[in-house]
Amino acid sequence: MNTILSITNLFYKHGDGTEALRNINLDIHANELFVLFGPSRSGKTTLLRLLNRLSDLVEDGRHQGNILFNQQNIFSATTDVTRLRRQISMVFAVPTPLPGTIYDNLVYGLKMAGKRDPALLDERVEKSLRQAALWDEVKDRLRSSAFALSGGQKQRLCLARSLALEPDVILLDNPTSGLDPISTATVEASLFELKKQYTIIMVPHSVQQAARVADRAAFLLEGELIEVGDQSRMFVSPLDQRTEDYVTGRFG
Amino acid sequence: MRRQQTNLIARWLITAVAALVIVPIFLVIGFIFYNGVGALSWEFLTQPPRQGMTQGGIAPAILGTIFLTLGTAIAAIPLGIGAAIYLAEYAGDNRLTRAIRLAIVNLAGIPSIVYGLFGLGMFVLFLDYGTSILAGSLTLGLMTLPVVISTAEEAILAVPREFRVVSLSLGATRWQTIRHQVLPHALPGIITGVILGLGRAAGETAPILFTVAAFYLPDLPRSIFDQTMALPYHLYVISTQVPGMPLSLQYGTALVLMLIVLSMTIVATIIRTAMRRRREW
Repeated sequence: MNTILSITNLFYKHGDGTEALRNINLDIHANELFVLFGPSRSGKTTLLRLLNRLSDLVEDGRHQGNILFNQQNIFSATTDVTRLRRQISMVFAVPTPLPGTIYDNLVYGLKMAGKRDPALLDERVEKSLRQAALWDEVKDRLRSSAFALSGGQKQRLCLARSLALEPDVILLDNPTSGLDPISTATVEASLFELKKQYTIIMVPHSVQQAARVADRAAFLLEGELIEVGDQSRMFVSPLDQRTEDYVTGRFG
Repeated sequence: MRRQQTNLIARWLITAVAALVIVPIFLVIGFIFYNGVGALSWEFLTQPPRQGMTQGGIAPAILGTIFLTLGTAIAAIPLGIGAAIYLAEYAGDNRLTRAIRLAIVNLAGIPSIVYGLFGLGMFVLFLDYGTSILAGSLTLGLMTLPVVISTAEEAILAVPREFRVVSLSLGATRWQTIRHQVLPHALPGIITGVILGLGRAAGETAPILFTVAAFYLPDLPRSIFDQTMALPYHLYVISTQVPGMPLSLQYGTALVLMLIVLSMTIVATIIRTAMRRRREW
């Protein structure tokens, strides 16, 4: 098993002093679909945002501990954060196209990384749209506004926008939150294809979704990692009573 | 019943008071227009003053005001927008930020005649630019700075935060994010603020009094180190310093100045509306 991300003794404190994460230890394997689940305020999103240092945007937060990405500490002073964010790419809960066309959105990250070869950009656009199962719907209107898309299409566009960077890891923060069941199914189906090439770490919409898509899962509660395990165990016979109570819907 | 009546009276009273605000602007514009429109002619706009300024036109003053406005723009825009970007995007809660904000508030509060005296001491005498377009533009630029900074900062802050987060999450640097996701969308607001600030500068008399304005100079300036006539000062001169001035020339000059400032405001409004309509989010 090839460990791509290794989190050790990770703590995180918000600016107001509340502890969001307490002593997290976790290994993520390459090409797995890893689910971080738990009730709200359990620290899932905070953990996700630490993985590609989007947490830096909150200036008064404090972290402790290490996250190794391919054996490199991402908090080290020599880390190129822009490169890290291309390698570990985030898709947000609320689909947020940038102003501009569908095409503009898809090539934004590449252009910012200095890639301008039109042939390469075109190729990446098509490939990422196909991977996000959006190509057929938008191939004839790549130059029209990204804001004209439906909610589900916008979210797949955001996924494709991340994929265009050819990252190693994709972070999905509740990517189906605003979507109808059909769009949700489309996104979930594309995840099964994607994990052949990418490592996916996902905060799910619900326990049911977690159980549907996960290879392995971690249960977080009030900033603590309660339990990690394979999908077959976590959602069927969890070891910890709290995991079982949450999975069976006794609280949450 | 009494409460209802009071309510109704209050509503009408407040509406009436608010409506009164519209009256002075129409009175001023109407009054100036009525008295000044007779003086307007092709000659008035294109000829220099003659016969001790009691005849002829005001062309050198019009051009002088245009030069000064351009100079003010060049002086105020880079500094103002730079400061606005710093305040909106980079500034932390520290001493430098507080010092900058304090400076802006105080710049905005300084009377314009004090700017004039400062310009005289600093640009005309100390830096030895002489009484010149350069000195006048810098003085006006300084005075315009607070308006430019605060409107530009407001415009920058109005760009949704998500665009910044998404841009950074796609591996853009801070500056790339500002350059590609913030400034383009803040531009209409910035342009509006700049034009409104310049409009005010174009109408100011006190700051140019000692720094650039010429009493009577029919020749056009040849460089930024030359003096020039300017509309507000010319208006002051022909209204108070020249005996036997025909009233129509005074009102005509006022009308031209007012039309220049007014048209700048209108242009600003049009730009803002047009660019808002094109906005997608």
